[in-house]
Amino acid sequence: MNDYPTFEHDVLVIGAGGAGLRAAIEASAAGVSIGLICKSLLGKAHTVMAEGGMAAALANVDDRDNWKVHFSDTMRGGQYVNNWRMAEIHAKEAPDRVRELEAWGAVFDRTTDGKILQRNFGGHRYPRLAHVGDRTGLELIRTLQDHGIHQGIEVYMEVTVVSLLKDGDRVVGCVAYEREHGRFRIFRAKAVVLATGGIGRAYKITSNSWEGTGDGHALAYDAGAELIDMEFIQFHPTGMVWPPSVRGILVTEGVRGEGGILKNNEGRRFMFDDIPDNYKEQTADTPEEGWRYVTGDKNARRPPELLTRDHVARCIVREVKEGRGSPHGGVYLDIAWIKEKIENAPEHIKKKLPSMYHQFKQLANLDITTEPMEVGPTTHYVMGGIRVDANTQASTVPGLFAAGECAAGINGANRLGGNSLSDLIVFGKRAGEYAAVFAKENGHGAIDERQVGQIVRTALAPFDRGGGENPYTIQNDLQEMMQSLVGIVRHHDEMIEALNGIDMLRNRSARVFVPGNIDFNPGWHTALDLHNLLTVAEAITRAALERKESRGGQYRDDFPAKDPEYAKFNFTLIKTADGSMKIKRVPIPEMPDELKQVIEEMG
Amino acid sequence: MKRATFSIRRGGREGGTMVDYQTEVSEGMVVLDAVHQIQAEAAPDLACRWNCKAGKCGSCSAEINGKPKLMCMTRLDTIPLDEPVTIEPMRAFAPVKDLISDVSWNYEVKKRIKKFKPRPPDAEDGTWRMQQSDIDRVQEFRKCIECYLCQDVCHVLRDHNKHEEFIGPRFLVYSAALEMHPLDTENRTGELKDLFGIGYCNITKCCTKVCPENITITDNAIIPLKERVVDEHYDPLGKLVKLFRKK
Repeated sequence: MNDYPTFEHDVLVIGAGGAGLRAAIEASAAGVSIGLICKSLLGKAHTVMAEGGMAAALANVDDRDNWKVHFSDTMRGGQYVNNWRMAEIHAKEAPDRVRELEAWGAVFDRTTDGKILQRNFGGHRYPRLAHVGDRTGLELIRTLQDHGIHQGIEVYMEVTVVSLLKDGDRVVGCVAYEREHGRFRIFRAKAVVLATGGIGRAYKITSNSWEGTGDGHALAYDAGAELIDMEFIQFHPTGMVWPPSVRGILVTEGVRGEGGILKNNEGRRFMFDDIPDNYKEQTADTPEEGWRYVTGDKNARRPPELLTRDHVARCIVREVKEGRGSPHGGVYLDIAWIKEKIENAPEHIKKKLPSMYHQFKQLANLDITTEPMEVGPTTHYVMGGIRVDANTQASTVPGLFAAGECAAGINGANRLGGNSLSDLIVFGKRAGEYAAVFAKENGHGAIDERQVGQIVRTALAPFDRGGGENPYTIQNDLQEMMQSLVGIVRHHDEMIEALNGIDMLRNRSARVFVPGNIDFNPGWHTALDLHNLLTVAEAITRAALERKESRGGQYRDDFPAKDPEYAKFNFTLIKTADGSMKIKRVPIPEMPDELKQVIEEMG
Repeated sequence: MKRATFSIRRGGREGGTMVDYQTEVSEGMVVLDAVHQIQAEAAPDLACRWNCKAGKCGSCSAEINGKPKLMCMTRLDTIPLDEPVTIEPMRAFAPVKDLISDVSWNYEVKKRIKKFKPRPPDAEDGTWRMQQSDIDRVQEFRKCIECYLCQDVCHVLRDHNKHEEFIGPRFLVYSAALEMHPLDTENRTGELKDLFGIGYCNITKCCTKVCPENITITDNAIIPLKERVVDEHYDPLGKLVKLFRKK
């Protein structure tokens, strides 16, 4: 008999970023008891890093906007492999979710007539992003946190889930440890919502924090749930590359929106060298025209720096590979040059890009008003994740729900900026709502003591070995490998090499050794995260190998073109009885006529 | 490559000692990088909190050479490296392990402050109208990343341990954000005076100096709150008027 403390809730939410908090609030409103587990302290989740805003067709700034335009923009951005029902729900419900935040105390920037202000963003036809300066994510998480603490939600801070527990086919709880003393806990729940965010830590260069280790992806997969679209990773073209301490930290698209240009070490504006055919008509022919566009000339076409994120990222990689990069492996992003065009350029830059100015000044000791920045692509977001039902956010395993970045479907092959924050609140709410319904219709399942014992023994094994592999080294080796072999530009042979590499790393991780004791021991935590990282790394690689085309976040230099055949299905991954990963094709259901019509109408 | 020595507090709740670690220092490094390097090379079990590494989450608060700072935003080329750099947890709270301190008190305090209570919506669709000029101040307060460096440096908490009677600068800023929210209808001045100890603040402005978000804590939040409390609870003329009204 185990004597681990057991906590019982109707609904257990794992992850306390935007989606997890919103799910917990909704479930508590349904009158069930809620436990909310967060890996860090409450309010520190990666949601705080979001800058631009949340997309919702409020039509406060441009009254031509409505859910239909938002829906068709999202589908186009995702290259039509999105779950169209999710894209529809998202576009229809986002405005109400944003207004609700205001009722809970959020203070958005205002229009002159006192409404919520909205801004332009890539891929959105009209100004659509409700925002608070460049700290919208912080506003979202703080609003939900400050509202949530009065809803009777039990919060478990600095607790990490090691494994879900099952009773037959159904998820009935989890085993977790609290960081301070490393003690194990059992959580029993009638329904579990995963809201654990992303997988950025599988790569060397990422905008994600240490928490982005794909925990929810791996927990769900190990419990028998399907993952979908894992090949689609968004690499943001402009992350910082120097100094090392800030490598991967995001440099907002706004720099290019204000006239920033990309140059290689020969001083050449290389984005003019490769403009995709389907964008030629919309793209400026000359630097002069590009400059007119960013200064508001409606007759000018956009500069090539403002092409889609996937394309810009690939062009940067090409320049670096061919030896035209900057000293630290990036290219130059130059906003200082606008002093040739306008007077008082330094003041203008500081006013338009205050946080970028401070970020570079404080961390890189670089004045962006006089010098170019060094930038390169950074792993930013995973479009793929747990396969869920569009209406209820239920996974393919009974009792298990998912929302936010760890769930998948809405974004297809590529996510539009601003759609992630609205995704969190739209589908976080739905996950909480339907998890509560499930909890009311089902009792607690049985906890299998042997399962618990096995999980705990495996988790403690790194302490029992007399010596062995350093967990930080394995994590670092995996990140280096994924970065170079399954990164922005992919090739069959390299990905086969990566699969072998993952096998070898898995063997090494079975020999991982952690010194010290179980109290707040980051070495041990890193060791436990390895399993999740290796699982998502394998899922990404297998899906990317199988999709023999280039689309959105997936680019294959052995299959550089888009293939219409691959628009007909998604790839899902599932764990088989022998523990191996199986991939299968799932046809995308036919879109109903009314949605087809919406897409046609919107052009 | 240059090497530098970092003297880091090691130990649990009962007590700790300063342990010296040497590591290589490269261009542009911040204190948090040095801590991570030491974790990977010499002390895998060295405990520290961090998340965003960009000054936006407020997790990696510590005392560097005795000064409360975010480790992720403190560049090594801004501190002398010819002698050991000391890194300690925030002292206004109990130590947990190594660089971690127990900040749970802050979460308890926040729950005691009455939540946002908006007036009825202005428009039929359930929305409100506010002018940007009316929310600028509240938005300044809402920049707070809850790093608790202001709590750490406040002498009422740090030196006098008045955690039972005083909520500290962070929660005075939080109260101010609610009190000055154009839509809020709640009144919190009674608690500020009687339970939250606003009178303990004697405006030394140490909190403002350490705020990594540059929130003007004392001038913009605490002093106006003190004025509200005085207006409502200590105004002799107002009291006289109330006295007559009763009759």
